[in-house]
Amino acid sequence: MHIATFTERPYADVPEDEVIKNASFFGVSNKFLDPVKGGALFNRYLDEKLYAEELGFDGVMLNEHHANPFTMGAVMDVEAAILARITKRVKIALMGNPLPVADPLRLAEELATIDMISGGRLITGWVRGAGCEQIANNINPTYNRERFDEAHDFIIKAWTQDGPWRYEGKHYEYRHVNPWLKPIQKPFPQTWIPSLVSPETAVFAAKNRYTYIALATFLPPTMEMWNLYADTAAAEGYQAGPECFGYLQKIVCADTDAEAYELGKNYVFGGGQPAFARPEWMFPAGYNSKAATKRLAYALSDPETNEAVVSGKHAGSGVDIAATRKYNNEVLYENLLRNRQIIVGTPESVLPKIRHILETLRPGVFSIWHIEGGSTTHQQSMHSMKLLAENVLPRMREWARELDLPGPDEVQPGSRKLPPSGQRDPVCDAGVKAA
Amino acid sequence: MAKVDWQQKTITAAGAELSYLKGGKGKPLLVLHEELGNPGWLAWQRKLAEDRKLIVPLHPGFGVSPRLDWIRTIGDLANYYAQVMVEQDWVGADVIGFSLGGWIAAEMAAQNPGQFASLTLVAPFGIKPPRGMIRDIYEAPTEDYVAASVKDSAATPEFAGLFGGAMTPEQFERFQDATAESARLAWQPYMSNPALGNRLGLVRKLPTLIVWGEDDAIAPVSAAALFHAAIRGSKLALFKDCGHRPEIEQTGKFLKKLKAHLS
Repeated sequence: MHIATFTERPYADVPEDEVIKNASFFGVSNKFLDPVKGGALFNRYLDEKLYAEELGFDGVMLNEHHANPFTMGAVMDVEAAILARITKRVKIALMGNPLPVADPLRLAEELATIDMISGGRLITGWVRGAGCEQIANNINPTYNRERFDEAHDFIIKAWTQDGPWRYEGKHYEYRHVNPWLKPIQKPFPQTWIPSLVSPETAVFAAKNRYTYIALATFLPPTMEMWNLYADTAAAEGYQAGPECFGYLQKIVCADTDAEAYELGKNYVFGGGQPAFARPEWMFPAGYNSKAATKRLAYALSDPETNEAVVSGKHAGSGVDIAATRKYNNEVLYENLLRNRQIIVGTPESVLPKIRHILETLRPGVFSIWHIEGGSTTHQQSMHSMKLLAENVLPRMREWARELDLPGPDEVQPGSRKLPPSGQRDPVCDAGVKAA
Repeated sequence: MAKVDWQQKTITAAGAELSYLKGGKGKPLLVLHEELGNPGWLAWQRKLAEDRKLIVPLHPGFGVSPRLDWIRTIGDLANYYAQVMVEQDWVGADVIGFSLGGWIAAEMAAQNPGQFASLTLVAPFGIKPPRGMIRDIYEAPTEDYVAASVKDSAATPEFAGLFGGAMTPEQFERFQDATAESARLAWQPYMSNPALGNRLGLVRKLPTLIVWGEDDAIAPVSAAALFHAAIRGSKLALFKDCGHRPEIEQTGKFLKKLKAHLS
């Protein structure tokens, strides 16, 4: 199993009232940015990645969002390039580069640079980018999927076919493709595809034999995507295994359950992930297929209360800031704890919950979304990581052996043969009882 | 329940399926709808249909007529409709376009002014306003955009019927389809063609009426003067205390101007 760490690298000093008033992190004015504080935060987050390597994690994950204090990593490849130099062993996983908003040739060069400097430790990840990334970069959302597909195919070609050559596509044209930078990994870097349970993405990942990473989505729709991936894989002639699947989970550890409970509230600072961006920015017209829009609404709705986790209900004028903060800290936080979107506690408390996820989803990649943002201090983040590394990771590795959950470093995704019957084996287990 | 005095037809035109609404009798008037899709069969249309035949094509990709992959700009759509007009023997009809539909009509006139007997543009997109910006439909919820489209919704009875109350699933779906296709056609430059003013120089003898609400919060009225200057001999009718929808905000005055122009 590959055990990675992830943080959003938020701009933690954004005033919470502004986020609540705006009903969204996206759209809060950048007048609230102090570049000196932001710079210090960047360095803190880089230090935490270094510490993760020292503690024995296998990978460090970055992501990219634009115009948003929820994530400062608008230029993720620059952070990755620094990590390529200052780390020695960990994989650097980019979850991911939003292809439709990028210049694909430039991106091929940037990523190759990172792979070259890191000695082949880059894990590329391709994403469509949230709707608000299209808005922030002024990229037509109706061509999002087309641009994604075309940019992907172009980059793979740029990495694998000797230049110079000329390219004329529907959305991109290059008269001289001859990048003097190519990845060390052949034919191209290991690839993981992060997703919020869009069926088209699961099919895309399966067809390309890429590892599919579910980004902290609820377990039932996540299993649906695993099954869709495995069905697609079977049609492609291979058996999907744990190496094809990864899961991201928010976990915070402290010395006592009570401390961890309080620390975990920072995950709902400003409304947390559900307040990432308002629906009109998350799903601009034409960004999703109608089927995907419906599925997403389901995937991000609490299965018990049926309440939308992505909600614009507080948008607009007349927001009661105190009431919203109380709601976030009490109702929203409790809901997210109950349905395991957030796991908090001492190592002993969190272990059974992690075991449940491993038995249910059978992932070969498990990434821990560390506590960050709000009032979380560097020391608290580091301590949580240390407790996890010393007390949780060893057990997870034992369980991964017991449950036979190899990661993509151990088994090449797409290399398993289908059973002789031609019928694929199950890839997850919906019948596991919750811990 | 008002008597249904129109019907929806589906034809194959210029190699594709196209649906349109048809009502009334008399000389044909082509009606090109706005960016949110066709809002319905409105009072001005019922009145005009007493002695005119109204043809309201439902733009490809706006939810009813299938999307055509080759149409990537408003100019492409204008060309498609020009082909439809030839095939359906609609050449020589009058045309009226609203908002994005006004832009389509202007592009068609710029490509071939001879296909129309007259041109009416109601608060059209297509030329970048010198002051103010065309309101972005993608930055805010569609409900906000709709609300901004009339100056005084309480004083606009048809508005409540069209857009009042909670959005129905059907309306939501129509807006989704329509705004998605609008994005395909006009994401950037947003809802305008930098060359349109110059291209309209080909329009020399086409009787043209430009109607604009002075308080239009969707398409700034500053663009009216540019359309007026670009189209030789055009008449400009500015409506006081009126937003982006003069046809429902000041229906009587609108009809009077339109009928005078069409007669």
